[in-house]
Amino acid sequence: MHPALSVILFTTASGAGYGIIFWLGVLGETGAYPPDRTFGLLAFGLGLGGITAGLLASTAHLGHPERAWRAFSQWRTSWLSREGVASLATYVPAGLFGIGWVFLGENREIWGFLGVLAAAASVVTIVCTAYIYRSLKTIQRWCNAWVLPNYLALAAMTGALWLDLAAVLTGEPFTPGAEAALCSIPVAAFLKFGYWRFIDATHSTSTAESATGLGSLGKVRLFEAPHTSDNYLMKEMGFHIARKHATKLRCIAVIAGFVLPCLLTAIALAMPGAIRVIAVLIAAPLATAGVLVERWLFFAEARHTVTLYYGASTA
Amino acid sequence: MTSLPPPGAKRLGLVIDLDICVGCHACAVNCKEWNSGGMAAPLTDLQPYGVEPDGVWFNRVHTFEAGEGATGRTVHFPRSCLHCAEPDCVTVCPTGASYKRAEDGIVLVNEDLCIGCKLCSWACPYGAREFDSDAGVMKKCTLCADRIYNEALEEVDRVPACVATCPVSARHFGDLGDPQSEVSLLVAARGGYDLMPEMGYKPTNKYLPPRPRRDQTTCGAAPVALAPVVVAEADGFLGWIDRLLSR
Amino acid sequence: MTQIDPPIARNQPIGDEVKFTTCYMCACRCGIKVHLKDGGIRFIEGNRNHPVNKGVLCAKGSAGLMQHYSPARLQKPLLRVGPRGSGEFREIEWDEALALATQWLGDIRRTDPRKLAFFTGRDQSQALTGWWASQFGTPNYAAHGGFCSVNMAAAGLYTIGGSFWEFGETDWDLTRYFLMFGVAEDHDSNPIKKGLGKLKGRGAKFVSVNPIRTGYSAIADEWIGIKPGTDGLFVMALIHELLRAERVDADYLARYTNAGWLVIDDPGAADHGLFARNDKGEPLVRDLETGEVTAFTPTVAPRLSGEALLPDGRSGVPSFTLLAARYLDPRYSPDRAATETGIPAETIRRIAAELAQAAFDAPVIIEQPWTDWAGRRHDRMVGRPVSMHAMRGISAHSNGFHTCRAIHLLQTLLGSIDTPGGFRYEPPFPRPIPPAIKPAGHAHQIQAGKPLAGPPLGFPTGPEDLLVEADGTPRRIDKAFSWEAPLAAHGLLHLVIRNAWSGDPYPIDTLFLYMANMSWNSSMNTSGVMQMLVDQDPETGDYKIPRIIYSDAYASEMVAYADLVLPDTTYLERYDCISLLDRPISNAEAAADAIRQPIVKPDRDVRPFQDVLIDLGARLGLPGLVKPDGSPRYPGFYPDYIVNHERKPGFGLLAGWRGAKGEDHGTGPINPGQLDAYIDNECFWRAHIPEEALYFKHSNRAYLDWAVKMGFLDKAEPVTLQVYSEPLQRFRLAAQGHGKVQPPDEHRARVERYFDPLPFWYPPFEETDVGPDAFPLSALTQRPMAMYHSWGSQNAWLRQIHGENRLHLHRGLGQELGIADDDWIYVISNHGRIKVQAKLMEGVNRDTVWTWNAIGKQRGAWNLAPGAKESERGFLMNHLINDLLPARDGGYRYANADPVTGQAAWYDLRVRIEKAPAEDEVSEPRAPMLALPPGLPERPSVLRYGVKFRGLK
Ligand SMILES: Nc1nc2c(c(=O)[nH]1)N[C@H]1C(S)=C(S)[C@@H](COP(=O)(O)OP(=O)(O)OC[C@H]3O[C@@H](n4cnc5c(=O)[nH]c(N)nc54)[C@H](O)[C@@H]3O)O[C@H]1N2
Ligand SMILES: Nc1nc2c(c(=O)[nH]1)N[C@H]1C(S)=C(S)[C@@H](COP(=O)(O)OP(=O)(O)OC[C@H]3O[C@@H](n4cnc5c(=O)[nH]c(N)nc54)[C@H](O)[C@@H]3O)O[C@H]1N2
Ligand code: SF4
Ligand code: SF4
Ligand code: SF4
Ligand code: SF4
Ligand code: SF4
Ligand SMILES: [Mo]
Repeated sequence: MHPALSVILFTTASGAGYGIIFWLGVLGETGAYPPDRTFGLLAFGLGLGGITAGLLASTAHLGHPERAWRAFSQWRTSWLSREGVASLATYVPAGLFGIGWVFLGENREIWGFLGVLAAAASVVTIVCTAYIYRSLKTIQRWCNAWVLPNYLALAAMTGALWLDLAAVLTGEPFTPGAEAALCSIPVAAFLKFGYWRFIDATHSTSTAESATGLGSLGKVRLFEAPHTSDNYLMKEMGFHIARKHATKLRCIAVIAGFVLPCLLTAIALAMPGAIRVIAVLIAAPLATAGVLVERWLFFAEARHTVTLYYGASTA
Repeated sequence: MTSLPPPGAKRLGLVIDLDICVGCHACAVNCKEWNSGGMAAPLTDLQPYGVEPDGVWFNRVHTFEAGEGATGRTVHFPRSCLHCAEPDCVTVCPTGASYKRAEDGIVLVNEDLCIGCKLCSWACPYGAREFDSDAGVMKKCTLCADRIYNEALEEVDRVPACVATCPVSARHFGDLGDPQSEVSLLVAARGGYDLMPEMGYKPTNKYLPPRPRRDQTTCGAAPVALAPVVVAEADGFLGWIDRLLSR
Repeated sequence: MTQIDPPIARNQPIGDEVKFTTCYMCACRCGIKVHLKDGGIRFIEGNRNHPVNKGVLCAKGSAGLMQHYSPARLQKPLLRVGPRGSGEFREIEWDEALALATQWLGDIRRTDPRKLAFFTGRDQSQALTGWWASQFGTPNYAAHGGFCSVNMAAAGLYTIGGSFWEFGETDWDLTRYFLMFGVAEDHDSNPIKKGLGKLKGRGAKFVSVNPIRTGYSAIADEWIGIKPGTDGLFVMALIHELLRAERVDADYLARYTNAGWLVIDDPGAADHGLFARNDKGEPLVRDLETGEVTAFTPTVAPRLSGEALLPDGRSGVPSFTLLAARYLDPRYSPDRAATETGIPAETIRRIAAELAQAAFDAPVIIEQPWTDWAGRRHDRMVGRPVSMHAMRGISAHSNGFHTCRAIHLLQTLLGSIDTPGGFRYEPPFPRPIPPAIKPAGHAHQIQAGKPLAGPPLGFPTGPEDLLVEADGTPRRIDKAFSWEAPLAAHGLLHLVIRNAWSGDPYPIDTLFLYMANMSWNSSMNTSGVMQMLVDQDPETGDYKIPRIIYSDAYASEMVAYADLVLPDTTYLERYDCISLLDRPISNAEAAADAIRQPIVKPDRDVRPFQDVLIDLGARLGLPGLVKPDGSPRYPGFYPDYIVNHERKPGFGLLAGWRGAKGEDHGTGPINPGQLDAYIDNECFWRAHIPEEALYFKHSNRAYLDWAVKMGFLDKAEPVTLQVYSEPLQRFRLAAQGHGKVQPPDEHRARVERYFDPLPFWYPPFEETDVGPDAFPLSALTQRPMAMYHSWGSQNAWLRQIHGENRLHLHRGLGQELGIADDDWIYVISNHGRIKVQAKLMEGVNRDTVWTWNAIGKQRGAWNLAPGAKESERGFLMNHLINDLLPARDGGYRYANADPVTGQAAWYDLRVRIEKAPAEDEVSEPRAPMLALPPGLPERPSVLRYGVKFRGLK
């Protein structure tokens, strides 16, 4: 699939944003974070800002962004629509929770409940996002059990890192973000490896033979495509990345997204002071960059069944 | 509405005979021509005279080779929307622009609602949807809804453009929901099949498989050779032929 | 809120106006119905009532509006200002253009009309252009047939008085066994497709003999991937098998062919091998019953075998006996043929058996009484439901004439010519064998300032008909009807530029071309031809070909090489006449002709070429084009000419609605309202053949009478099929030293060898000349169904389908050579080298490579953007094909053509393949970039065609 920048930015930024809101809700309610105002302002700013930036970026993908509002109507069947609805809905508890935290200095009890609600809404939104992909039977590399946990874990991981960064930037000593990150990075990495292992090892049940129904005659090969330059289908669905490049990019994603952030976070936890500040300041953006690469690969490595009509033997 | 309508009795669609399709692209171009002025117009072409021309088409003709060597087959393969009974291209649509008509099963896009999110094209296994990036909306085969119901056309012309033009008559149009319709009978007689049945989209359009070859690889009953009557040497043939003259 | 499921308009007229005309996206000439809306073309569809396409339309036809609105359309007459080939022109007015042309041509006509070479390409106006050339007085006229299909046409016309393609068709409704040789698409584009659809639907067997399994071959019941150039041998092996088993239609042969005619057997005599005739010129046969030698009359049943004592005491043999002796020879056995053709001997035997079974074991019977030419009444029509079709896979080889004759022979032996289920003539065919038209061009027929004393093209029946000087030098610029190409019935367009350039046989002054892309895809040796067109005499600085006038409608490659460009209209802007005098559109059931009418007015300063030609003729004062007072005879130009011109009283260009009130059909007085009658009838005319006359036309009294009535035949005489060809033997005798007109010594052996009165097989010349080792592969091109030669590349839709091409080769060969898909490779012939991209496939003869024809374009042509794939990755095979054969003993280089007809041997090409560096990823050779002719519109970057019809924007 064509890795559209707008969609990559959208899922990465809003993923991190929802991750932040999720951790704020969970860690606020449990008392791990005090309702510190400056920290709250920055953390909510990053969270809601990430979400909003992501959503805005996603409209750049649309042929008619001015009609984007129409996308809220079909929540009964469409995960994209549901995602739209959920993302908007999340603003309500998240916003209220933020108001409580920042302006009233409250993040527990009724406010904590709003926090938990916001965390749940964030999860729901990410589930919807993941399901946009997870539900596409046409793309076996998306339509599998690994996708949802991946989305959730990556959001949690980046959210936690950014939360920690907010703490560092506001000069706060608290480290639950770092601890959450340290827990979620290995999980995310494990899930990502699992995903990659899965897509490398399994093929779609659809083949050139089933796509054409000609399998009984023997192996099916494309002899001539209907057109000699790429059309929408090929540009959108036929995007192909060479194995070599994919491997390289996976390494980058792993190092930038998991290995270094994990190390840096561990260092930050172990060594307070300037080192911590530097480590955290690097970890979050680095991880996000890693996730951007990961997300790019998520699209680039996805194979659509339409390619079976264009010479692919499996999708 | 992107919820699918309850399955209707009428299921209009195409039956494509791969046994006789010669891959001439007539259906594809005639489709383009008709629809260029029709309900989905224009079928925009980008850089039409440039390095990489890229246009919107609703019907495209591929050619495959199946099997190896001399016993293999070359099969021409037109591909357009199959007007599936349970297509995700409809249900994924966030706006309701993509819809399936209850009355005849035709799957259409309402361009006025479409936000151009492309998701429906991702959800179509068959590559039947093409995004018009100039108009910013998704477009697709309309099953020539503006022909088949168009009373301004003579009755015989109320068939899809691609069907009307196919020179070998490899394309048939009709109601696949009616088991007694000509197309349904054809499908039954020739073993018409679904593309990617594993997707579960239940395509309405059916493909008729190439008939088996009738050459040395299959012909059991065919004569092997003629029995020689004439002795080739030494003028042995002289005289024989006149025996055959009946007058 | 907007309604999600808007209702579909149920009464929406397609446009506001409908007009009928004839398609011209190719030469098939289907009827079309054009819907106009707000003055624009909304939709073109097939005309359901039209005899050719019956409502269907091919890909090209459907893309007609993109051709019509193409940004490559020429806008105004152009005069060259830069060097030739640079593409630098100045726009001029029509008056200036015509004055200039009149001056150039007038000078020639006053001195030596032969200095005008007027050649036309894919036009359908040969009834006009050929006539115009004779009015002008030059014999140097022909159309593209010489490089296209003259082997097919000549072999048919010298054998059965008809031919495949436009002179006959398969009985699609009744045939049970259909054998197709070397056809990818053909001119009968839609009729063949419709026919195949029918035939397969009925369960008839379809066998395709073709090295490549695409298109029609893909849907064949059996594909025979023959080695190119060996079909003749395959067919002769089938004949061998049939003869051996006595599975031929002896009655048919005795009655309708010259199989029983006695051939003089007197080696060394001047008439050896000719038919024995009585003093009335009637051929002699030996009566089966009496054993007497007698004239071949309706009542005589001739013997087919044995020997006879001729009245003059010599011996005569029925031609069938010679035929049987030839093909029963083990030389033509399936086992021998298997080695050359690559077809297993069992397959050849089985196909022969299948043919015999289909022809004889289940004849098709139509309960329709008929009467043959001899007055014998037949209760019903008994047919041999075996049919064949062949085209350029046979035609475009140097052994094509004999191969095609062999195919006709096979059909004749099976008794299937014009019988139910067989091959059927399309009126005005069958014609006398060969048609009684002789080419004009002898010295006494050419006079300065006078018309030529006859038509420039025709059908020689002996050496006296050749257009040669006393010493054997050709008299025509293309050497047609010379010893090098005696039966060149369509001329040799492929030699004109070379000969004009080299002044062989003589220099010319003006080359006048119409609708032929001669600097590109329609030439062999394209790079060489481009050089010849711009070559200058080093001393005078004059171009070797002093003047070139060209008419094209689009900015093709050839435009850049013209001095004066006469821009034509598109096919939707003019009258055209698809006349029975040219290439008929009849089918086996009816005679038909058609017109084109202007659908829209030109929006540029262009004129229909035919109008221009008539205007030019009047300015030149050509007798047929001016009245006695010198004023133009056809002031209304082409439409005026179509209606009012007569070849002889009652015979005009159109056969329909003649007579003052349109009451006559076939022949009749001029009808001033004729064009309106055509327009009222959807632009075509059709006359059905009477039921009783539908088959056995060559011998069917009802048909012959009808054909005379319609003006197709002069006399109601049977057309006796010529299995043994006497005209060929006459040439052979001349080569053997008999007669007044004999070939120069250097041509003797060649003429003697190839003018065999019975078909024989020899390997294509190039293979023999270059040897099989250095160039082990055959290289072919095929017509893509969705592209017409070079002219579809300007079409916004068609070029999306075929915007570049690859060299296709067998997967096994690719693996052996280490070549994978998309690799860059060199393809090397003994003439040149091209660099192209490879694509592997399964369905191709292992030793054959091929590509789609004419996709490659010269950079800058057709108003395509620089960098267009057509020129970056597309390529032209023609660069590899030499127009001449390698030098023979004595150093002479014959044309790369069939020795009988001069048909260009495109498909003899032999090549080898080597891997090429991928570096710059562009195809080679890189022809120079052409400048865009002035006045062309800008290329749109987005095409929203049709948006206004929907009422948007
Ligand atoms: N390698 C290879 N070469 C081949 C062949 C092959 O099989 N292989 N086939 C050969 C054969 S059979 C043929 S017939 C030739 C065909 O080759 P050409 O006769 O050259 O055919 P086109 O490329 O169609 O070019 C005809 C020209 O007519 C112009 N034209 C189109 N419409 C009009 C019109 O309405 N008016 C005027 N005045 N001009 C118009 C086009 O712009 C174009 O320049 O190619 C030959 N060349
Ligand atoms: N769409 C389209 N239609 C056209 C044209 C076009 O350009 N485009 N051009 C028109 C013109 S001018 C012409 S002349 C006709 C030509 O019509 P076709 O005769 O169909 O011409 P080609 O495409 O040259 O096809 C020749 C076929 O012969 C095969 N072949 C080559 N050598 C041999 C051989 O030795 N033996 C056998 N058995 N087969 C062989 C090739 O594989 C190919 O399939 O088409 C006309 N129709
Ligand atoms: S073919 Fe594709 S676009 Fe058409 S209904 Fe089925 S899924 Fe939808
Ligand atoms: S592109 Fe248009 S039709 Fe398709 S899913 Fe998006 S809104 Fe619906
Ligand atoms: S039914 Fe109409 S829109 Fe669909 S492919 Fe055929 S011509 Fe095109
Ligand atoms: S028009 Fe008919 S024969 Fe031609 S590609 Fe389409 S389906 Fe096949
Ligand atoms: S075959 Fe196609 S291009 Fe040729 S005349 Fe017919 S419709 Fe036109
Ligand atoms: Mo041709």
